[in-house]
Amino acid sequence: MYIIDRRLNPGGKSLANRQRFLRRAKALVREAVRESAASRSVKDTEQGATITIPGSGVREPTFRRAPGGRREHILPGNKEYVEGQTIPRPPAGGGGGGSEGSPDGGGEDAFRFALTHEEFLDLFLEDLELPDLAKRRFVDGEVKTWRRAGYSISGSPANLALVRTLRNSLSRRIALRRPKPEEIARLEAERDAAESAGDPERLEAALQELAELRRRSQRIPYIDPIDVRYRQFQPEPKPIAQAVMFCLMDVSGSMTEHMKDLAKRFYLLLYIFLKRRYRHVDIVFIRHTHEAKEVDEETFFRSPETGGTVVSTALEEMLKVVAARYSPSDWNIYAAQASDGDNTTSDNERTARLLADRILPICQYYAYLEVGREDGMHPVGFIPRESDLWRTYSTLRKEGQPLAMRKVRHRREIYPVFRELFRKGADATKEAQATP
Amino acid sequence: MSADGGLGRLLYPGADWDFATIRRVYDAIEEIALGELGLDIYPNQIEVISAEQMLDAYASNGMPLLYRHWSFGKRFARHEGLYRKGFQGLAYEIVINSSPCISYIMEENTATMQALVIAHAAFGHNHFFKNNYLFRQWTDAEGILPYLDFAKGYVAQCEERYGHAAVERVLDAAHALMSHGVHRYPRRKRPDLRSEERRERERREHEERVFNDLWRTVPVKAGGVPAPSLDEERRRALLELPQENILYFLEKTAPRLKPWQREILRIVRHVAQYFYPQSQTKLMNEGCATWVHYQIMNRLHERGRISDGHFMEFLHSHTNVVFQPEFDDPRFSGINPYALGFAMMEDIARIATEPTEEDREWFPDFAGSGDAIGVLRHAWANYRDESFISQFLSPALIRRLRLFHLVDDSEEDYLEVAAIHDERGFRRVRRALSRQYDVGHQDPDIQVVDVDLAGDRKLILHHRVPDRQLLDAEDARLVLQHLADLWGYDVVLKEIDPKTEAVLKEHHASARPGLF
Repeated sequence: MYIIDRRLNPGGKSLANRQRFLRRAKALVREAVRESAASRSVKDTEQGATITIPGSGVREPTFRRAPGGRREHILPGNKEYVEGQTIPRPPAGGGGGGSEGSPDGGGEDAFRFALTHEEFLDLFLEDLELPDLAKRRFVDGEVKTWRRAGYSISGSPANLALVRTLRNSLSRRIALRRPKPEEIARLEAERDAAESAGDPERLEAALQELAELRRRSQRIPYIDPIDVRYRQFQPEPKPIAQAVMFCLMDVSGSMTEHMKDLAKRFYLLLYIFLKRRYRHVDIVFIRHTHEAKEVDEETFFRSPETGGTVVSTALEEMLKVVAARYSPSDWNIYAAQASDGDNTTSDNERTARLLADRILPICQYYAYLEVGREDGMHPVGFIPRESDLWRTYSTLRKEGQPLAMRKVRHRREIYPVFRELFRKGADATKEAQATP
Repeated sequence: MSADGGLGRLLYPGADWDFATIRRVYDAIEEIALGELGLDIYPNQIEVISAEQMLDAYASNGMPLLYRHWSFGKRFARHEGLYRKGFQGLAYEIVINSSPCISYIMEENTATMQALVIAHAAFGHNHFFKNNYLFRQWTDAEGILPYLDFAKGYVAQCEERYGHAAVERVLDAAHALMSHGVHRYPRRKRPDLRSEERRERERREHEERVFNDLWRTVPVKAGGVPAPSLDEERRRALLELPQENILYFLEKTAPRLKPWQREILRIVRHVAQYFYPQSQTKLMNEGCATWVHYQIMNRLHERGRISDGHFMEFLHSHTNVVFQPEFDDPRFSGINPYALGFAMMEDIARIATEPTEEDREWFPDFAGSGDAIGVLRHAWANYRDESFISQFLSPALIRRLRLFHLVDDSEEDYLEVAAIHDERGFRRVRRALSRQYDVGHQDPDIQVVDVDLAGDRKLILHHRVPDRQLLDAEDARLVLQHLADLWGYDVVLKEIDPKTEAVLKEHHASARPGLF
């Protein structure tokens, strides 16, 4: 009998099968992933997700019998039945006599399983990329990695390059003709032979030669300090991998729960996306009415607020936070603003100038999302009046400012809009407005 | 077997165990199993695994290695989901019918549980695998692991050479037909899986040797066989028709398959054949293992090798395993093979040692023989579930379980109680239960009956419909599609009433071009 401990065997034996399964069900899984993302909170995305896909896509059919026909059952626990008695048919699937569920028919209608964080994001963010990611990659002096950089003649013993050292030693020994051990051994044998043969001349010659060789091998060391080499490492500055994401939202009375929900979904997507590209992502939530305040996520989305709408306050608040904590030379700054488009008319000019002169130059990306009512109030074909902010921002865009803007009315539009903004190769900021 | 360290005669002090404990427990169990119960086993190999590895093993039918396919990934994902959510515990062990017999035991088990699973798997199941006639006839315990290794390598090689998608298509189709890829009647020789790899190589070398490109230019008659000159009987005999092993038929006769595709069908067929006895002996196999572990644990306790507390722990697990809810219990989901199997083994032992008058009348062969373990060993070796029940299910047990026979006819508005546990009913209950375990009754009887080689090469299959139980139409359509793809031409499946020979339903499928 053998006992074998398999616990230490490398795990993930079924990884290859899992990849085949995901590939097989890719279209379904992708669909389910996007669906499930809609219902999650911004910070939840740290974990993987459990998704449900329709069983038909990964069905394994076999020849099996359909219900019906004449079936016989043997059941335990008879209480009162007697032979020949008839019993009304119990409702289908009930625990009563006569309904044994087909053993493999059961779990087929929907298939539920968990995706890891990685798998989830891979599918979720397929073919998306961040615009201008490379444009502002600053070199930060503090983040360093070590890189091999050849050999040096000094260093710590731990970095001793043994092979290189011995190679040098060997070539030096060959060059200086240090006697080999075999030669010495040969002469010693010769000396012994001469001794036993009683040939003084031969003995003398051998002894002399031997003494000479020994002197030589003492003078020429096996390893000389000049042979020694050490592996050398050089610090290499790494591009900074940190980003901050500003979520700006109008929370004045005109923003309904529905609109906030749309905004939240957009922020969620942006967060996941940034998280994927940067090792460290901070989020700053700034909400505003006629005044702006930095708040936490819970307050941002939940607590109600009343007041007028002055967008520039939020932009000022953002600049304040940037100045205090997120120096643009160290951080990649992303901002997304959600609003129903209302603004105090007198504030429009100020907002535009703040954006164009101070915010956009420090941002990697600035997106404006105009959220609307779900029940599109306008009849088809009727061009709605554009909101204050939309017009203001459109003017900015015409000036060539890098600003992305989209309108969203329904939750199902969020993801397409997001994909549109970040599609590979698309320059979202230059695209004509594609709104519903 | 040391009894020192303050343990007295106890094998282990608490719930914790280490490898020395396992060894000690194994030796104590072996002494009882081989010495007193007279079990005959393959050499044992016990492997300690983690939960994740157990899930791995679940996904591949318990096999330690298997070729790669998405369906195993799906199974893993499902079990993992259930396990993570706590809907499903994991088995305490998995045992593989191989020589050496591999038992996986979970690292989380307590020492008592390890003793239980060693007795259950490494001795109970192991004895059954080595001695039962079905396993001896159909499986090759020494050859299975090397064969699976070859199969895994072969499939991986095909994936490399022909692409994942092409291999996946063949495997999908083969899996759909897997339940109809077994020989149900013994052939002349025992399977010899170890020579499979060599034979595959020889087949290929032979083809390469005799390959002559000239033949390609010779005009071929349709089907390559001068079919019209053969009379019907001879043609069917040549094709070995009717043939219920559909995968075998395709492997040998499908006109368009390439050699590697045939080899993959062969691999799936071999795996199906390997598992074929397991489905026919579930009840006996579990009954045998449960009875063995119950005996062994009791004896260990009697001899003071296991403390009272640990024995209670064992009884707790044991009673959970052999629990049989009644039919009107919400927990009821069919007859628990552990419960019925264990009850029958206990009943046989009782009849052998303390028979009643009734038992003597029903089982004159062994009632009162006094050699319980001898009778059981004989039963384990020579029966399968169906014949075991029809031979050994006693009136006493039918009464105890209060079994009754219910007929559910979809043409009637009510269910009928056909027999209960009374004098008139015993034989009928027993016959009906035995029929439920008949593998011929469980799997639909589908056979390839004819193929029109001279004409459009349409393949004709018959399903002989028992008691108007037709096939699930949607699944049948999907499987038939796979079958048509493999065959390369049209396929028709006729559902036939065996009494009247009337065709109840027909399914058609045509090969999708370019798939194979």
